[in-house]
Amino acid sequence: MARFLDLPAAISEFVKNGETIAMEGFTHLIPFAAGHEIIRQELRDLIAIRLTPDLIYDQMIGAGCIKKLIFSWGGNPGVGSLHRFRDAYQNSWPQKLEIEEHTHAGLTNRYVAGASGLPFAVMRGYLGSDLFHNTSGVKKINSPFNNEVLTAVAAINPDVTIIHAQQSDKLGNIMMWGITGVAKEAVFAAKKVIVTVEEIVDRFSPKFNSIIIPNTQINAIALEPKGAWPSYASGYYERDNSAYIAWDEIAKDRESFLKWLELKVMSIKNSDRNK
Amino acid sequence: MVAGRPEWSDEEIMTITAAKILKDKDTCFVGIGIPSTAAILAKAMHAPNLFLIYESGTVNTNPKKLPLSIGDGELANEALSVVGMPEIFNYWLQSGRIDIGFLGAAQIDKFANINTTYIGESYKSPKVRLPGAGGATEIAGACKKVVVILNQTKRSFVNKVDFVTSLGYGQGAGSREAYGLLGGGPSKVITNLGILEPDPKTFELGMTHLHPGVTKEQVRENTGWDVKFSANIQTTAIPEEIELKKIRELYKSSDR
Repeated sequence: MARFLDLPAAISEFVKNGETIAMEGFTHLIPFAAGHEIIRQELRDLIAIRLTPDLIYDQMIGAGCIKKLIFSWGGNPGVGSLHRFRDAYQNSWPQKLEIEEHTHAGLTNRYVAGASGLPFAVMRGYLGSDLFHNTSGVKKINSPFNNEVLTAVAAINPDVTIIHAQQSDKLGNIMMWGITGVAKEAVFAAKKVIVTVEEIVDRFSPKFNSIIIPNTQINAIALEPKGAWPSYASGYYERDNSAYIAWDEIAKDRESFLKWLELKVMSIKNSDRNK
Repeated sequence: MVAGRPEWSDEEIMTITAAKILKDKDTCFVGIGIPSTAAILAKAMHAPNLFLIYESGTVNTNPKKLPLSIGDGELANEALSVVGMPEIFNYWLQSGRIDIGFLGAAQIDKFANINTTYIGESYKSPKVRLPGAGGATEIAGACKKVVVILNQTKRSFVNKVDFVTSLGYGQGAGSREAYGLLGGGPSKVITNLGILEPDPKTFELGMTHLHPGVTKEQVRENTGWDVKFSANIQTTAIPEEIELKKIRELYKSSDR
């Protein structure tokens, strides 16, 4: 049953060194505040899963939190490369980074299998791509009903999933709307779940395309207004495209990244994150 | 440039050429960049009923400005529906509901295989690591047709890609069937120099159109294999004033 905690307490209770962690949110509702808290608590050796590592994992990789990255598209959306990811993978800075690479459809189905309590999901995918021979958790499977050869992808069950949602009610049920990506699947696949929210409301009012996750599926809820910035929270604030563009310069070299890390993460409180 | 004729950039003629391929009522799976600009332009011009799907989950969306990212609020706010990614990839893409998929590429080879993973000798120690597959592998597998858009240079148009992220025609005839792919594969490759299409028998890409002013010599200089030209090679339509006006309005509306 969900408990309301502050974010530092939630992270320190539910995220441990070496665990497998999924911080989802596809472009929208990316849990940046939680990522920064993980950096501040100096968690290490995480196996980190996200379809799009985005800036959040670029920052955590640069800060030395991540040992292995499981992902399906590793760029800065609309801008270019993730320089900290590249520097870690190609030059082992600040440490060696292992990768396991998938397609969006493949990783999505791995979460679906995890959420469904199955060992694998079946799909059409990877076949004909060199990725098939350069990843794990992906095998051919014969259809038991006809002659088709399909693809089986292994379930993912993270130790912890962290997402950001627009609202929680007083009972700790959460509601999110707009682009939800694989958030619901990542929650149902996980052993432990932390949700940061923009707002705690008395009662939900139905929103376009909203999904609600009951409090029985959540361990901790932390109130974090603007917790998804510089991504966005539909109904609260827009995506800060200029911050995504600016990240390209900040992350390009190690010194400017380390300066950013000290000034914008290590030496401040979360509430001052976007000031 | 000929006096009195409108001038255009490479990106503009690529985008306008791509937009013209899209028909009203097509269902189109779109990525960010030129594909998205082309789709939005087509919708604003000749194809108002174009049904656009982005992998972030936006179904039948009608953006008025160019998104910077695949999940911009604009795409969700202007959508008929926003669905989760299992639904996008399994129900919409995998099931064969998409007419045209639009892809970019860092490298393409003569059999239209696409690389967006790395440049270099090996997967484990690449010279340049690229973003990877994203939605592309299954888009290339499942869409009825695929249109690829990229600049034509010796570095990007290679005899054999360093890594097949997304299968075009593999080694030629029969490859797609051998992998059980249900979609038709790349039907056109649009570049800054013209348009390439696969040969119906060998599936090797050849030039079918040159953009106005582009020579065969230029194409040869910028292609990493001995590229063939179709016997009745055409000149791509000149971008019209109204198309250029519209595309520039779109550029102005966005955070580029």
